[in-house]
Amino acid sequence: MEQKIVSKRFDAINPLSIDDYLESGGYKSLKEALKRDRINIIEEIEAARLRGRGGAAFPAHVKMMGIAKEEETTRYIICNADEGEPGNFKDRQLMEKDPHQFIEGMVITAFAIRATKGYIYIRGEYDKAYSILEWTLEEARKKGYLGKNILDSGFDFDIELRSGAGSYVCGEEFALIESIEGKPGRTRVKPPFPTQKGLFDKPTLINNVETFANIPHILEMGGDEFAKIGTESSTGTKLVSLSGNVNNPGVYEVPFGVPIKEVVEKLGGGSKDGRKIKMVQLGGACGPIIPEYMLDLTIDFDRFEDFDSKTGAGAIIVMDERFDVFDVLLRVAEFFEHESCGKCTPCREGNLQLVKLVEKFINRKATQKDLINIESLARVMHQTSLCGLGQTAPTAILSTLKYFRDDYLDLIEHPEL
Amino acid sequence: MLEEILKKYPQHEDSLIEILLEYQNKKTKRFITEEEIAQISNYLGVTESKVCSVVSFYTFFSTEPRGKHIIQICKDVPCYVNGRGNVLKTLEQLLNIRIGETTKDEKFTLEYTSCLGNCDGAPAMRIDGKTFTNLNPNKVKAIISEYRGVN
Amino acid sequence: MVNIKINNTDVTVEEGTTILDAAKTKNIKIPTLCYYPDLDIKSDCRICTVEIAGEKGLVTACSTPVREGMEIKTNSPRVLNARKTITELMLANHDANCTACEKNMNCELQTLANTLGIDENRFESVLEMQELDTANTSITRNPNRCIKCGRCVDVCKNVQGINVLESMNRSHEMVISPKYGKYLSDEDCTFCGQCSSVCPVASITEKDETDIVWNALDDDKKHVIVQVAPAVRVSLGEEMGQKPGSIVTEKMVAALKQLGFDRVFDTDFTADLTIIEEGNELIERIKTGGKLPMMTSCCPGWISLVEQKYPDLIDNISSCKSPQQMFGALAKTYYAKKQNIDPKDLFVVSIMPCTAKKYEAAREEMSVDGKNQDVDAVLTTRELGKMVRQMGINFDQLDKVEFDDPFGITSGAGAIFGATGGVMEAALRTVSEVVNEKPLEKLDFETVRGLEGIKEAEVDLGGQKVKVAVAHSLSKAKTLADQVKDGTSPYAFIEVMTCPGGCIGGGGQPYNTTNAVREERIRATYQVDSDMKIRKSHENPVINKLYDDYLKKPLSDLSHDLLHTHYRKRNA
Repeated sequence: MEQKIVSKRFDAINPLSIDDYLESGGYKSLKEALKRDRINIIEEIEAARLRGRGGAAFPAHVKMMGIAKEEETTRYIICNADEGEPGNFKDRQLMEKDPHQFIEGMVITAFAIRATKGYIYIRGEYDKAYSILEWTLEEARKKGYLGKNILDSGFDFDIELRSGAGSYVCGEEFALIESIEGKPGRTRVKPPFPTQKGLFDKPTLINNVETFANIPHILEMGGDEFAKIGTESSTGTKLVSLSGNVNNPGVYEVPFGVPIKEVVEKLGGGSKDGRKIKMVQLGGACGPIIPEYMLDLTIDFDRFEDFDSKTGAGAIIVMDERFDVFDVLLRVAEFFEHESCGKCTPCREGNLQLVKLVEKFINRKATQKDLINIESLARVMHQTSLCGLGQTAPTAILSTLKYFRDDYLDLIEHPEL
Repeated sequence: MLEEILKKYPQHEDSLIEILLEYQNKKTKRFITEEEIAQISNYLGVTESKVCSVVSFYTFFSTEPRGKHIIQICKDVPCYVNGRGNVLKTLEQLLNIRIGETTKDEKFTLEYTSCLGNCDGAPAMRIDGKTFTNLNPNKVKAIISEYRGVN
Repeated sequence: MVNIKINNTDVTVEEGTTILDAAKTKNIKIPTLCYYPDLDIKSDCRICTVEIAGEKGLVTACSTPVREGMEIKTNSPRVLNARKTITELMLANHDANCTACEKNMNCELQTLANTLGIDENRFESVLEMQELDTANTSITRNPNRCIKCGRCVDVCKNVQGINVLESMNRSHEMVISPKYGKYLSDEDCTFCGQCSSVCPVASITEKDETDIVWNALDDDKKHVIVQVAPAVRVSLGEEMGQKPGSIVTEKMVAALKQLGFDRVFDTDFTADLTIIEEGNELIERIKTGGKLPMMTSCCPGWISLVEQKYPDLIDNISSCKSPQQMFGALAKTYYAKKQNIDPKDLFVVSIMPCTAKKYEAAREEMSVDGKNQDVDAVLTTRELGKMVRQMGINFDQLDKVEFDDPFGITSGAGAIFGATGGVMEAALRTVSEVVNEKPLEKLDFETVRGLEGIKEAEVDLGGQKVKVAVAHSLSKAKTLADQVKDGTSPYAFIEVMTCPGGCIGGGGQPYNTTNAVREERIRATYQVDSDMKIRKSHENPVINKLYDDYLKKPLSDLSHDLLHTHYRKRNA
């Protein structure tokens, strides 16, 4: 069931050795790319129908073409390595186990869009990955894959490593840009979009680590071949971060279209101690919580449109029957209450109120009115928040209101239980 | 020490977070004072209130003195469903402090952190720059006594 | 052009127009809170949320540009519910003790809640009461009322370039405050009050002195006199429900009489006096090779900036006191003596468009006897409006009354002190006639008028071409000050006013001051000037009599004692 493309070198090479990377076919795509027409590279990505792996699933070539058309010649490229979504750890593994791969993808992309400088924004908690990347960038520079006149092509491009400092919202494009600029991570008003006015007000392309990691493989196998993997709307593979109450938690690479159940049972070895699975949260804290009977759903970008929530970054958090919906919701609500940047009203004030309302259910103090209020508030936050954080913060609540509504009603009608 | 760190960075606003991270990591009590904020703001040519807004926004920064070792325990769902509660209880008992506090000998500060991205090894915690996974009360005891022993 | 539909009405607007501006063209009102004309689009509050056909989420009208074919609903049930929810969220973290609030019935949040029909808040209060900042004499900050709209941060940071106010912390702990929650008086705050002017609630207000004034008026032993700044007569009308740019000089005098002031005087008079002193100071500096450029000193916000951030420029500042303080000094000496009143029994009130004037009046230098302040109380235009309303005066029905003698005879030059470029123009009218010893052909110096940030002019002084410049708003003032500091300033004389548009846009002026309103007040200001019989300070007969009778000559020893001051480097 696994199909290893971006994870094919995991544990097979020494991540600190650029020679290991080269021997396993690394930087071959870059060498080829430097000989190609820049627009032609973007067309190859378009043929692959590659969509962003960071959660928003935006078509990668659209951003690239957008920047290629800008008049401004100072252009930046940023790798979003701020993997802060609870339950996600696949970018960390991409950086720790095959660090040259996504850097190669960055250089190829930079060449295609004529970017002048690159940044990797890595979350502050990833100490080990940070050290590995420092080493990797230096190795790549020494061997001429980064810096001036890359592989004698006349193309100059270098990458600077920037660390986060403890803020989940910096995974949001503009918050991340603000953070690199040395400011609090509060998003900006759109439009203009980052591809028009991004870092230091210059056109900026931001992709997730996994998205960049796919680029060398697309060039190697050709966009059309890549598009044959997965499903019609979601091509390629997805790194899935499997965690929670399963026997074998970890990162697994599967083609899009695989049922969640198979990942949990076959790759994850099923639930621990044979306990019944109560619910699964998909994507991370910002994703929906679904009951066990829905696990036949496939891993796909276009699920759960109800909450505008997609596969997200590919987390699957399994929770068994010992856990209560509201205990989990409280952790999720407290997470967002802590991570909201404070800029817009629905998110700043709403997340605090959601915590209060969830606590009411936990403390058996909730009434029918609270049920109406929590649902109404969650919807308004989803519809009116300024950025993705506030828009997706209520997803867990909205999904449980749909799939675990009886749990809410039980607490209202039988508080003594 | 601050002056030497400052010299390494360009006098641009975008160096601010880098400077704060490096300096605070090297400082024994891992916090930043008003005077230091003034010095940094002066070097970068940004207002002190701007530096303060950054320091107060990111959880890594503190304006209060903290312990020599910062123990951060994940509070998110994957760790929660894998027994984080017991790990925290053990830590609080061992160190005789509550979450958010610093031990009297100023050796340890216990804090919550958002997800450490080690959910395959939940429950997880981070001490200074190092992450520890698959924790249970016994493992936590061993780790803490090691940190105590070293010093 | 882009064609859209708003509430089923066809609207055609230019490409790039926001939904909010497009709606305005058809008189469709979309409520806003963080939005303020001329400031950055923040899109923080999410109140101006609207629905677009075919889109799942709601968008904010202030920040979303129109697209061809867009069908917008500004008042659908979904939109109204969202606005209501957002407003309730704000109210749950707001000290909504409305009857105990300065802005009761004049509060944007209250109006919004009212319009939306919020009678009960579904959310529990999460307000944690914090200490008020009442430590300075100009501005009070009440964090418990703050709704974090960010307007004040925007003016403080981007318009004034001061950045005392910032967003600290995050999530629901986010507060807008000086660093470490300090007092404004501990900071490089100039007390310009622009923050109070744009605050939609009463989180930042002027320090109210109306009670002090009511008490003085009630005290039979006190002789209470009042001076009114040039910019107040072209803005007070707005407080009384008239349209921007209304000139209400005589009705204002009548209202002040009804309030009980013994004499009502005009700060325009001491503005004329300032021109004589400052003009002569400039001439002397040019002649004797004194420190140039000379920079104006009428504006206390600007003085604070120099003392705190540009101490090297202190000698460039004219030593003249501001018109407010010249008036105070003359009142407590010349006037008291003439009226045979013990200065202790004389109570001097100023009506100013400004919050920083409260701070200026309290400066220790501003006391001729070294014990009592020359100006005893300073009210903003807004506070005067409040007193007039408290008194129940029907402003529109008042008879017209003239200012009292002797400080009521003024020139057009004094009148234009209220607008950016006005001090410069008034000075040029006098200085060029004095130096060139012939009357000016044209009195209007158009190039120094208007809302452009930095304005320049070149004048001929005794055959010498001299460059002058005018800046308004502190960020623009800093541009000119930096040039002086670097030694690259090409100017001989620089006028600075702290507030955008000058005093007519002061921090104490009626709420809803926008550039469009500023334009109207400026137009009215020059109207006052052109309607005057005397338009040059040196032709004001009472000023000349004051010199003959009392001061002897400009820059005399007595002038120096009463009308000039000094500045010092200050650390906030």
